[in-house]
Amino acid sequence: MNHDAYPDSYIRGILNSVKTIAMVGISPNTSRPSYFVFKYLLGRGYRMIPVNPGQAGKDILGQAFYAKLSDIPEPIDMVDIFRASEHVMPIVQEALTLKPKPQVIWMQLTIRDDAAALLAEQAGIKVVMNRCPKIEYGRLSTEISWIGVNSRTLSSKRAQILGKGVQRMGLGTPKD
Amino acid sequence: MADAERVPGFATLAIHAGAKPDPTTGARITPIYQTASFVFDDVDHAASLFGLQAFGNIYTRIGNPTCAVLEERVAALEGGTAGLAVASGHAAQVVVMHALMTPGDEFVASKKLYGGSINQFNHSYKNFGWNVVWADPDDIASFEKAMTPKTKAIFIESIANPGGVITDIEAVSKIARKAGVPLIVDNTLATPYLCKPFDYGANIVVHSLTKFLGGHGNSIGGMIVDGGNFNWTRKGQYPMLSEPRPEYSGIVLAETFGNFAFAIACRVLGLRDLGPALSPFNAFLIINGIETLPLRMQRHSDNALAVSEWLSKRPEVLWVSYPGLAGDKYNALAKKYVPKGCGAVFTFGLKGGHEAGVKLVSNVKLFSHLANIGDTRSLIIHPASTTHKQLSDAQKVQAGAGPDVVRLSIGLEDKDDIIADLEEGLTAA
Ligand SMILES: Cc1ncc(COP(=O)(O)O)c(C=O)c1O
Repeated sequence: MNHDAYPDSYIRGILNSVKTIAMVGISPNTSRPSYFVFKYLLGRGYRMIPVNPGQAGKDILGQAFYAKLSDIPEPIDMVDIFRASEHVMPIVQEALTLKPKPQVIWMQLTIRDDAAALLAEQAGIKVVMNRCPKIEYGRLSTEISWIGVNSRTLSSKRAQILGKGVQRMGLGTPKD
Repeated sequence: MADAERVPGFATLAIHAGAKPDPTTGARITPIYQTASFVFDDVDHAASLFGLQAFGNIYTRIGNPTCAVLEERVAALEGGTAGLAVASGHAAQVVVMHALMTPGDEFVASKKLYGGSINQFNHSYKNFGWNVVWADPDDIASFEKAMTPKTKAIFIESIANPGGVITDIEAVSKIARKAGVPLIVDNTLATPYLCKPFDYGANIVVHSLTKFLGGHGNSIGGMIVDGGNFNWTRKGQYPMLSEPRPEYSGIVLAETFGNFAFAIACRVLGLRDLGPALSPFNAFLIINGIETLPLRMQRHSDNALAVSEWLSKRPEVLWVSYPGLAGDKYNALAKKYVPKGCGAVFTFGLKGGHEAGVKLVSNVKLFSHLANIGDTRSLIIHPASTTHKQLSDAQKVQAGAGPDVVRLSIGLEDKDDIIADLEEGLTAA
């Protein structure tokens, strides 16, 4: 995978297939970007599991914190990393020991570790670096267009409304 | 073609960018969402929207789905990350500066600008404590000399109104980058069809949509486009973006919104609090105009070149300032920055001076005598007695609006009719 430019189909495929996301490094501070992303993805129907050793035993938006990935008692489809690049490698190494292994490792905006990405890819895991799943979901569902952002998508098909909300768009099918 | 790897061409973007069929009705043309406000799903949804945690619509002063189509359209055409539509070109300038400046700060601006911008910078901005320092686009070193530790931005026009001055965007952008400040380019006269300032290192583009983007002289509007290519996180330099915002319970916009944080800052701090929102109806008309932008700009430019060539051979005419003319002072810069054409607007000087200018604008029949540019119709004005009247004589000459100067905005009519009208006007004068 060329980690400088991901095809939309790759990102859409990931966001359409994963159901359980463990977010490593989520802050309990409700003004931090990690909280925004956690809350947003939770509202889009993903099962969200917060991971932060300092918060173990507490919960956030009704979801129980775990200290580390290997403490989580259920299978995880995607690990979303909200830690600086130098902390990525041990998190990826830990993720590789999970059974079953996650399908996707995602590193947030500004976070990138090519060696860790290679390690994960060699284990058959898809990797995304230096992207935000909230922004990518918003972009591919067209929600982000409401705030004037260039979604870099064109379509003559209408966007898909998600659930019962009036202001909630879904990802639709790959052909949209 | 949502997931296609190919990058769509300019004409395709001009028609499609930002405008998918309406998700609830299937309407293919962007509806005019003529509503002040939008219902929330529930209390939590409302809180998420107000807290900037979700994307969505709250109140048309902050955002509107019709305006949003326009925003994405222009952002896509410029190659930027996001747009913000506002009530006028001047509002765009105020909202941009409001996000960058604190009282006592300075910005450096080209002295060859639209007269209204010169007024805004010299006078209105004084009330905010924002101080303009002028530089000369014909002497790039003057920008560097004007920079001080208080400088927060540089402002230029790609093609300057009215004189057909082409600014060396790349050279100015190097000075901005060295100083660590953003370069703002008013791209109104060129439009992204003729020139894309982000390709030459600009960081923010502003537009008067009133002109060529709308293109039909029917709506006032403005646009801010974020280039997504400036690092706003330097502590203390741009506090709207780099510091926790008390208005939003401590959010740091530059961290939360990645490479479109500047556009968000302009929306949630500038537009929300200063209030110059664009009407969705105007947005609708401007979106329609943009669909034909590439066709119109080419015709405007081709017609203007033909008219300027004709004028330059007339005995009544002292000089013609159109960068498309071979031998024009800006012809070399034009070849680099606006190779497809130099747009519709240019000036020329009459041997008969002020009096001959006034006579010409009174004698034409096809040209409309009015203060605007960028209409399908050909327009004429004598700037010294109108748009640039408030400036001192020295400023008028500096801005390319001396007493003998007539400004034309060449329309989309048949060029022979445009030329015939000028010929009648000149000989009657
Ligand atoms: C180059 C330029 N910038 C800005 C403006 C101001 O735009 P508006 O009239 O939409 O406020 C104008 C208007 O003439 C202009 O020509």
